[in-house]
Formats: sequence, C-alpha cells, structure tokens
Amino acid sequence: MSNVCPPSACDSCSAMRGELERLGLKVSKWDYVVALAGNPNTGKSTLFNRLTGLRQHTGNWPGKTIARSEGGFGYGGSRYKIVDLPGTYSLRSASPDETVAREFLLFGKPDLTVVVADATSIERNLNLTLQILQVTDRVVLALNLMDEARAHGILVDARRLAADLGIPVVPCAARSGEGIPELLAEMDGVVKNRIQTRPYRLKLDVPGVASAMDRLVEKLVRRFPDLPNVEWIALRLLEGDRAVAAKVADGSIGREKVSASAHAE
Amino acid sequence: MTVMNSNPENNEILALAEELRWDLPRNFNDHLTEAIYAESSRLAERSVARQGHSRRMDLQNRVDRLLTSPRTGFLIMGLVFATVLWVTIVGANYPSSWLGWLLTDQAYGWLRGVAFAHLPAWMAGVLVDGMFLSTAWVISVMLPPMAIFFPVFTLLEDLGYLPRVAFNLDRVFHRVGAHGKQALTTAMGYGCNAAGVIAARVIDSPRERLIAILTNNFSLCNGRWPTQILIATVFLGALVPAQFAGLVATAAVFGVALLGFALTLGTSWALSRTVLRGEASTFSLELPPYRPPNIWRTLYTSLIDRTLFVLWRAVVFALPAGAVIWGVANIMVGDITLAGWIVSRLDPLGIFLGLNGVILLAYIIAIPANEIVIPSILMLTVLLLGQGDAWTEAGVMFETGPEGVALILKNAGWTALTGVCLMLFSLCHNPCSTTIYTIYKETGSVKWTALSTLLPTAYGLIICGGVAFVARLFF
Repeated sequence: MSNVCPPSACDSCSAMRGELERLGLKVSKWDYVVALAGNPNTGKSTLFNRLTGLRQHTGNWPGKTIARSEGGFGYGGSRYKIVDLPGTYSLRSASPDETVAREFLLFGKPDLTVVVADATSIERNLNLTLQILQVTDRVVLALNLMDEARAHGILVDARRLAADLGIPVVPCAARSGEGIPELLAEMDGVVKNRIQTRPYRLKLDVPGVASAMDRLVEKLVRRFPDLPNVEWIALRLLEGDRAVAAKVADGSIGREKVSASAHAE
Repeated sequence: MTVMNSNPENNEILALAEELRWDLPRNFNDHLTEAIYAESSRLAERSVARQGHSRRMDLQNRVDRLLTSPRTGFLIMGLVFATVLWVTIVGANYPSSWLGWLLTDQAYGWLRGVAFAHLPAWMAGVLVDGMFLSTAWVISVMLPPMAIFFPVFTLLEDLGYLPRVAFNLDRVFHRVGAHGKQALTTAMGYGCNAAGVIAARVIDSPRERLIAILTNNFSLCNGRWPTQILIATVFLGALVPAQFAGLVATAAVFGVALLGFALTLGTSWALSRTVLRGEASTFSLELPPYRPPNIWRTLYTSLIDRTLFVLWRAVVFALPAGAVIWGVANIMVGDITLAGWIVSRLDPLGIFLGLNGVILLAYIIAIPANEIVIPSILMLTVLLLGQGDAWTEAGVMFETGPEGVALILKNAGWTALTGVCLMLFSLCHNPCSTTIYTIYKETGSVKWTALSTLLPTAYGLIICGGVAFVARLFF
C-alpha cells in the first residue's frame, strides 16, 4: 500500500497526514486518549493549548497546580482526548501532584503518552522519560524548546535518541508550531499500530535487591498474569509505596488469575 | 465471585514484600536514583552535541555556580534579601507620608466636620473615627511597602532565583530532618502563611509535610512585613542619625526575619527528633533556565493579584474592626470605657512582656488578619489617650506618615524596648484565623492545629518576656 507513493512525496503531502482540528473542550466522544507528561516548565501546556485551541494557564512554580486538564482534537479521521498532567520530576516519589501524573500513566490506561522534554536539558528530562518507559509501551518523546536549544548551540541527534529509547522522538517548538505536524503524524502512527515501539527498559538491579525482586515478581506474575509493568510494581512494593500496595491489596492493579485455576496447576 | 478488599492471596504478596524489605540494603532508593541518573547521562551524551560555544549556557552555568555554591550562595541570598528590604523600607517612606497627609490630615478632618454636623454623634463616631480612620491607616501604612515588596519579589521569582534559593536551603533543611521542598513552602509563607500551608502538599512524606505546616508561621507574611518595617523605622531607625536610619531599620527587620528562619530550623529539628521522628527523604530539584522577566506584566500582575488582593483583605477586616474598636472605646463600664477596662487588665502581662495592654488587645482584635494590628494599636492608643475632640483640638493629632505614628506612640509611653518586643511578638504569635482554618483543613487534626497555634504563641511569650527582663536589668 505504501508503495503507491514514494516516501519523499508522503513527507510533503498534507492529505496523507491529515489536518489538525482543534476541538477545545468538546471531548464527549473520543477514539484515543493521549497523556501529556513531562518535567515542569517544558511547555506541556503550550503544546496542549496548541493542539486543543484552549488557553490553559499554568504557573511556573512546581506544585502550584495539582489538578489535570483535558481537551480534545481531531486528526487523521480520529478524535483524541488529550490530558495535560501536572509537571513532575519523577514517578517514584508520591507528592499529591506527582501522584496525579503517576496514577494516570499507570492506571488511567492512556492509548499514548507524549513525554514533553526540554531540549536544552535532555539529560535531566531523560530521568522521567526512562521512568515512564518502565511503566508503559506506547510513548512518543516530543523534544520541545528546540528554538532555545539552537540558540544555546545544542545539537540533538533525534534519530539516535529514538533508536536508543525505542520510541519516536520528534524535535519541535510548541511556541511557534515547528515540528507539530511531524509530532501528530508519529502520535497517529503509534496509536494506530503503524509504528511499533520497543521501549528501552533500564534494568532495575541494585546489588542485594535482585533476589528479593525475583521472588516478588514471580508471585505477582502468578497472581496478575498480564501486568505489563510487573518489575516496576515489585520495586515500588519493596520501596514501601502505599498507593501501589493498596492497589495490589484490592486487586485493582490488574486482571487477577482466579484462585481455583492457580490451585489446579 | 467478586474480589473483596482483603483478598488473602493479594495480602500474601504484600506480606512477602514487607518481609523482603527487612533484608534490603539501606538506601537502595538512592542507588536507584543514581542508576537512572547515570543512564540518562549516558544516553544524553550519545545524542547531544554542543556546537561551538554557547555563551548563554556558559553564563547561566557560571551564574548558577555562584548562586548555589555553599560559599557564595548564602552570602548572595542574604544580600539580595537585605537589598529588597532596604529598597522597600526607604522607598515606602515617601508615599506613606503623602498618603498619610492626604487621608488623615486632609480627608479625615473634612469628613469629621461633615459627619458630626449632619449625623448623630455616635453614628459619625463609628463611621469616621472608627471605620474611616482604621481603613485610612491600613492604606497609608500597608499599601506603599506592599506595592514595592511584591513586584520586586515577583521579579526575582520570574527570573528563576527562587528555585536556586530552594536548592541552597535544601542542605540546611535536610540537616534538621526536614524536606528540602520546605524551602519552597517557607518562601511562599513570606507572601501568605495560608498559601504556604497549602503549598506543603508538594511534600510527599506526611511527617515532613506536617513539619512544614507547623513551622510556616515563622515566615513573616505580608500582613506582618509592614508592621516590622514601620516599627523598625520609627523606633530603631530613629535612634541613629537620619542618613543611617534606613540601614538600621533594614538590619532590624532582616534580623527578625533571620530569627524567624532560625526558629523554623530549630523547631523542625526538635519536631523531627520528638513527635515527628524519621529520616529526611531525597528528591530531585530542577533549576529552570533564567528567563528575563517581562517587567511591565510582572508589575501589573503583582499589583493586581497580590497587592490589591491583600489590601482588599486588609480593608475588609479593618472596616468592622474599626467599628468594634470605636465601640469598646466608647462603651462605658462604670466610670471607664470598656477598652480602658480591658487594657488595664492586660497591662500587667503586657508590661511583663515588654509590651502593653493596648498591644495585647490589638492582637486579640486582629486575630482575623495581621494586617490590622498597627491600625488597631493606633486607634486604641488615640482613643484611650484623649477622648476624641479634645485630643484633636490639642493638635497632637496626625502628623503625617511615620513621624505621626512615632509621635502618637511615644506620647503613649512607648520606648525602643516596646518597639523591639512588638517586632518579636509580631514574629511569634498565633497565626491569623484564615491560616488556622487552613491548617485544620490540610491536616484534618485538631491536635496539630492546636499545636501550630499555641507553639508560636509560647515562643513569643518566652522570647518577649526574656528580652524585656534582660533589657530592664541593663537599662
């Protein structure tokens, strides 16, 4: 099918890409849910505003906004609901604002997570990206603030980063709209399974923890066979994360294997 | 069958996790944090390159090294803070005098004439002597320092300096067993303690969050800065030749703010070793790039959002407080006024604390808002010193601005000791009722709310009593 037109023509053909249709707050029906995650001050809300046409105002003080905001847009014949999550530095601590982000990424089951990173400080932003890759497969990395990065003389090899992380990486500047069509195309590709991601999972072995991890993972897998992020869950339990423990206790963390069949083995 | 809350198999998993936790290496959390950092750094190195030399980045890094190094960071922080205070104190003097002249010299006399000619005496008294006068004082005393302090503070915030302050203070807070983010809630407290208490939500550990809430009151809030600035100017600045007055007043306010910070640390330390015992947790703090603030927008928003908001709150509380004060100063109990009776009861305790009965009564009236402490003190003093008319005719009334305030208070027998003790008491007393309610909502506990209310008050009694005792030994 893709042989019909050569790739170079596809790149410049807006009909193939589809047009962005801003839906603002009209998100009663949607085909896909997209989560916007990232460190504070990376321009998540600017991207959110650009995609939805809304005017979300956020302060530049981490922790000032605790709630998440939602909006909608249409692209490539599908309707998307996009959820702007509070900026967060890490998925591992559990302050109320970070919990909002973590809960949504883990248990809100978004069809896609767009990690918005500050291109001027990729190293810092990769911390969160690596953590998000631990818990979910479908991720697109938006390297935002490319205009500022250029002003700083920073060059980013997005293709190498994409290969290392196993996910699409799109340089962009949400403020000016640069790179937004490319970002939308990648997002569309991932949710519609045209692009397969192979997220890079950092091995979580700390000396002395491996054996405990193995035992706990084994038990978790037996109980919740299709948990996608079982190692991360096990680690959180070992760290004494109460929110995750509560989710395990009441079984809401994943689909349980019925006890009877476990005994039958 | 539906899954119940306490499924035995699920609990088995949790029990195993709990059991395994005992044998884990200490601080394995930190190892993980480091592992992720190291990997981020490796990946970034593979795909990020620097073209030539970025002067902007260089400059930012150099500035950051200066602002966050243990050696220069604290020195610069102190200098910046003292400069902001100095600009506020020196700058506020002039508009304060103009507003005082306009509102108390001109408008008050004119309104008084009109009101007493056309209204019943009691109504004219409540409206003009009570409500108008207290509001006029709130505006002339509070507006100028706020209109300077807030925009300057907001400019620093927009520039990106506050996260650097938090970074510096993290080490200090960590050492006393508190969370590094308490630096942020402390900074928020310098605007408003209720906001600081809410901001403590960014702290994940309940223990460290409680410490931040309980100690937030030691950050001077915008209701108390004007009190500090006015009293320091009137009683301490006046002790030295005029050209040094601003510097001495600045040093005094700076000293009180520093004492507040020391009390925050000391109390955090004591709490984290007694009722709120535990280890301080780690977190990552990103230093955002410096961005040149949009000066006009900052001025506009800080004037509208903060200055006018706070002023409005002060006026809303000052109006009824003015009426109440006029009431207690005019209702007779036997042959003295109610205010006179209450003040005479409070005087022994007040004088023991280096204060007086009027100040204590003003602090009771001002529980809803610290902003009205000074207007309440002035009103009570004026109304108790000489009754209304006789006193206006005596010509003592309303010299303009700070000099007028100084005259009123010195005639009432205030000394430099009263001024110092008032500044200390302003730092250490119960939080305003809004903050108390916020603490209750955030902690959901009567016990912690009571502790956070009584603890600073106890500090105030001890510190003021001690200072007064020592001062009287030597002077």
